[in-house]
Amino acid sequence: MSAAVSDNSDTANPAPAPGQEPAIELIDVHKHFGRQEVLRGVNLTVFEGRTLVIVGASGQGKSVIIKHMLGLVSPDQGSVRVFGQDLNRAGRNQLNDIRQNFGVLFQNAALFDSMSVFDNVALPLRERTRGSEAQIRANVEEKLALMDLQGSENKFPAQLSGGMRKRVGLARALVLKPKIVFFDEPTTGLDVSKSNEIYRLFHRTQQQLGYTAVIVSHDVPKIFKLADQVALLADGVIQECLTPEAFQLSEQPKVRAFVEETMGRLYRSDAEEDGLYAQV
Amino acid sequence: MASLLEKIGSETLWYLQSTGRMGLFLLRTLFSIFHTPFKVFPVIRQVHFIGAKSTFVILFTGAFTGMVLGLQGYYTLRKFGSEGFLGSAVALSLIRELGPVLTALMVIGRAGSAICAEVGIMRNSEQIDALECMAIDPYRYLIAPKLLAGVIALPLLTSIFDVIGIVGGYTVGVGLFGVSPGAYFQGMYASVVWADVEMGLVKSLVFGLLLVWIAAAKGYFLHLERSGGFGAEGVSRTTTDAVVLSSVAVLVFDYLITSILL
Repeated sequence: MSAAVSDNSDTANPAPAPGQEPAIELIDVHKHFGRQEVLRGVNLTVFEGRTLVIVGASGQGKSVIIKHMLGLVSPDQGSVRVFGQDLNRAGRNQLNDIRQNFGVLFQNAALFDSMSVFDNVALPLRERTRGSEAQIRANVEEKLALMDLQGSENKFPAQLSGGMRKRVGLARALVLKPKIVFFDEPTTGLDVSKSNEIYRLFHRTQQQLGYTAVIVSHDVPKIFKLADQVALLADGVIQECLTPEAFQLSEQPKVRAFVEETMGRLYRSDAEEDGLYAQV
Repeated sequence: MASLLEKIGSETLWYLQSTGRMGLFLLRTLFSIFHTPFKVFPVIRQVHFIGAKSTFVILFTGAFTGMVLGLQGYYTLRKFGSEGFLGSAVALSLIRELGPVLTALMVIGRAGSAICAEVGIMRNSEQIDALECMAIDPYRYLIAPKLLAGVIALPLLTSIFDVIGIVGGYTVGVGLFGVSPGAYFQGMYASVVWADVEMGLVKSLVFGLLLVWIAAAKGYFLHLERSGGFGAEGVSRTTTDAVVLSSVAVLVFDYLITSILL
């Protein structure tokens, strides 16, 4: 976790620490797909260097929010700003410039299946930098070592386990030292030990690189330990965006229902008693 | 009545939207070709895939097409005592018409379907989204080399088809029916002019662009398919659509180009 949890637990968006600016802002974002209204006025701010976790039931549009932040989907109404620049008004070149700040770990890692592990991680370097092949090799090997993937350079994605694919995806997402990293269900389909491994890698790399993180996850309550802010998406709007402790104690009906459904009533009192999240 | 009008309106809007999307796809791809630095190696790799790997199929179909033309041509010309024109009949049919069209249809079956499936699977597995998020233009990185390769490979394959077809016609006409070899080649030499070669060349260039454009665009917009483009079934259905659409487009454009250049 990159920043101390804010004490201001009752605000919709916890106040940033001194010097922290908004990295991403979603302002009154609406989105329809056909006749289905998925987002109905989403307002959300992610502060630089912090970790925002978006939670909610399946099919609520959490990944759609990430796609808006990435500029892959345009809102029907409202705006999405990254470092103050409106993605909707950006041309293709400007959008590409903004995206140079991004790293993305997709739900299924989205590795290029006809390329080796090495080539997957090297691709952003080959396409976006003018470094020599030797520099690229050194950089890729460093990232693969960071992910404990030495010896897998020549394997293809189909030859890797789910956890290894995620790690290769993370290596590729981090290879250009992005300012913002998006994680779409980073631990879905992984067992507990592999999930913990991904979280450890996230924690380690965020400490090293200091990036802003946006995580969509179902892994409640474990994911709260990594979060500075937790936002609940339900009925097309962000119901609350609070610190993890405040989120668990919130009396907002939707948040209350979500916490009880995912963590159980007992968990809340345990968390309160143990001060579990205050220790993070 | 209202629902019928609604359906007609919705169908019309859908086709306009799809056509516009396909048009923008082609424009973006063409613009991306001129972005520097030029990437030569991916184009060579695609020329190898679309062109070199199709050579055997083209040799085979070209030879048999020429042989059939030799058989049919000899049978028809003999009725008028004009067997000496067999060379010109075979060469003109191949160079102006059958060479470009049959080559394009063969390449659609072999490479067009593969291009659509490859791009479609990349779309389904978020690989194209991943490219965009890495600030790598998918049009430039993924589509442009294929389009360029199509335009380079089709005229070359068509030339091979024409030559091997003429040899096939020669084998049947001269070897089987005893037409004079001199008459076969002299007739061809006298009747084939640059305009015939030009027509074949123009057709093969246009077909090369058409088949890659349609195949790649269908795969690229797989997720927007109305019938549902997701999953293995979606890829298979879209690939079939791409093959049918590009084959029809080749035949329609064949007529248009012929009527313009004739």
